Amino acid sequence: MPPREGIYGMLAEFNTPSELVYATQQARAAGYRRMECYTPYPVEEAAEALQFHTTRVPLVCLLGGIMGLATAGLMETWINVWAYPLNIAGRPLWSWPAFIIPAYEWTILFAGLSAAFGMIALNGMPQLYHPVFNAPNFRNGATTDKFFLCLEATDPQFSLAGTRSFLETFPAVSVVEVDH
Amino acid sequence: MATKGPINDPMIDPRTGEYAVIAPGHNFKSVTQKIAGIVLTSNTPLGWFFGLMVGGGVATFLVIGVTWLFLKGVGIWGVTIPGAWGFAIINFVWWIGIGHAGTLISAILLLFKQTWRNSINRFAEAMTIFAVVCAGTFPLIHVGRPWLAYWLFPYPNTMNLWPQFRSPLAWDVFAVSTYATISIVFWYMGMIPDFGTLRDRATMPLAKAAYGFLSLGWRGSTRHWIRYESASLLLAGLSTPLVLSVHTVISFDFAVASLPGWHTTIFPPYFVAGAVYSGFAMVLTLAIPIRKFYHLEDMVTLRHLDNMAKVMLATGSIVAYGYGMEVFMAWYSASHWEFFMMWNRMFGPLGWGYWILIATNIVIPLTSLWSRKLRVNVAWLFFISIVVNTGMWFERFVIVVTSLYRDFLPSSWGTYKATKWDYMIYVGTMGLFTFLFFLFVRFLPMIPMSEIKMMLPQTKVKRVGPEAETVIERTV
Repeated sequence: MPPREGIYGMLAEFNTPSELVYATQQARAAGYRRMECYTPYPVEEAAEALQFHTTRVPLVCLLGGIMGLATAGLMETWINVWAYPLNIAGRPLWSWPAFIIPAYEWTILFAGLSAAFGMIALNGMPQLYHPVFNAPNFRNGATTDKFFLCLEATDPQFSLAGTRSFLETFPAVSVVEVDH
Repeated sequence: MATKGPINDPMIDPRTGEYAVIAPGHNFKSVTQKIAGIVLTSNTPLGWFFGLMVGGGVATFLVIGVTWLFLKGVGIWGVTIPGAWGFAIINFVWWIGIGHAGTLISAILLLFKQTWRNSINRFAEAMTIFAVVCAGTFPLIHVGRPWLAYWLFPYPNTMNLWPQFRSPLAWDVFAVSTYATISIVFWYMGMIPDFGTLRDRATMPLAKAAYGFLSLGWRGSTRHWIRYESASLLLAGLSTPLVLSVHTVISFDFAVASLPGWHTTIFPPYFVAGAVYSGFAMVLTLAIPIRKFYHLEDMVTLRHLDNMAKVMLATGSIVAYGYGMEVFMAWYSASHWEFFMMWNRMFGPLGWGYWILIATNIVIPLTSLWSRKLRVNVAWLFFISIVVNTGMWFERFVIVVTSLYRDFLPSSWGTYKATKWDYMIYVGTMGLFTFLFFLFVRFLPMIPMSEIKMMLPQTKVKRVGPEAETVIERTV
């Protein structure tokens, strides 16, 4: 856990996604690793520049789906075979074709809830406070029309003057320090 | 397709001759201002109050009707033996069918990369949720003892009583409750980035706090976006089989029974197509006045209306095939009961319902929607959307009532006549739907801002810097 005081990072603001992606690629080439882009809509090229490829959301979703299928299947079997057996027109107690439908629905239910809540949890949300909100220009642009690159202070490559002058080589609208 | 409209129409893309999905000249800022402005303004339009009051006023019918129902029991309705299913089931199937277009737009069209859907998916999803709310009311109040409706769910109880999973009615509980849950989750998840935008643009402290809380602290981080996109695609992939299964399961409520007119294998596909047909009609009924009232013609363009009309044409044709196949099978099966049921459906005492259905679901829409001129004629489309919604209600009326009221033994024949309470509760749900929809357009972003931004030409990432020679086109 990094200390929650002092400088969080250096935040550069760009007008276009192209400038952001270029700056991110260059920052990576210069050895920066702990950095993040903030954009008003998903920019896949920025994720590529950050070398962020895989997420665990599909895995969480798959596990949820398997859990839903198992839960519903076992529940139906236990209920209709042992807990409350009923003779319905002489059909077998374990009528698995009929059990498919609720099991199918619960597979989707559990998988869907896992995907949505898994995404929220993996993103560390809800997190109402974050240092980047302290930057004076962040809230005016990051969710509207501006593109941000934040080089974080925990990166070994980070230094106040060096990182600032590095970011100022790009056509950034502004480069500001972000405090915790 | 060649350009047929005026050549200088700025809404027509000269390359394809199609209407543009978004009017030219928009940028990230203007899109945000336009959509967020509707929610964050302090000047609520008077028309909004009027609409909310009308919706709320009509919804009181539902409150009165349901109160009287709880006091008196289902005897106040027109349901009898043999017509044991009436308005409640008709309305249930009608409402839930309307909801299906929302999921189709948000899930299936996302998987097919139909980006035009981005303008209309949010309010189509809202429509889904409110329609499911209206639909869910009916089976619950139809069970006779609604205060025991929770018995439908499997839960441990001192009576040692459990559901019977070989019954389609138990399947229904699982299908509809899953559908409602997943629709709400998908809808909310899609709004998280937009809540972030609203939080950052709100000036009133209460709005800031409320949207900030709902946004869960969204800050547009790229890693978050990638996980978000991944979850969106997964939910779309899950919602697609879900939406097809829900109306299939509802059709099983009928098809599993051994009653002429219900016991057919064509029911699942024909119910799903009918659901999408009526759902798109309802999206048009809502979208046409909203885009006019809030001046959203730039984002919900004629392209959207044209495309939705095309989907209606396709699904309407499937429905028409279903009607034809029902008649054919009544003859080809050589079953005396099937044949009589079909004759009675067409020429019996309630035969007028069948002919209204044929006129409103097939004759009027399926003859006119072939014409591109009529598909982009807003007034005509609005008229067609009302016609199709009426027709789809009559379809459920015909399926439910005319199959039931004259069954195998002529001595047990009856008839069906809805009472004023049936009408009151039905009209009341329309009021509830309107009321909820008016609240939605005022307090939530009705068009997804981030998804509209993704369709703008400015999203193209070009190679910049010293070694730039080629332009990388965005592929998505």
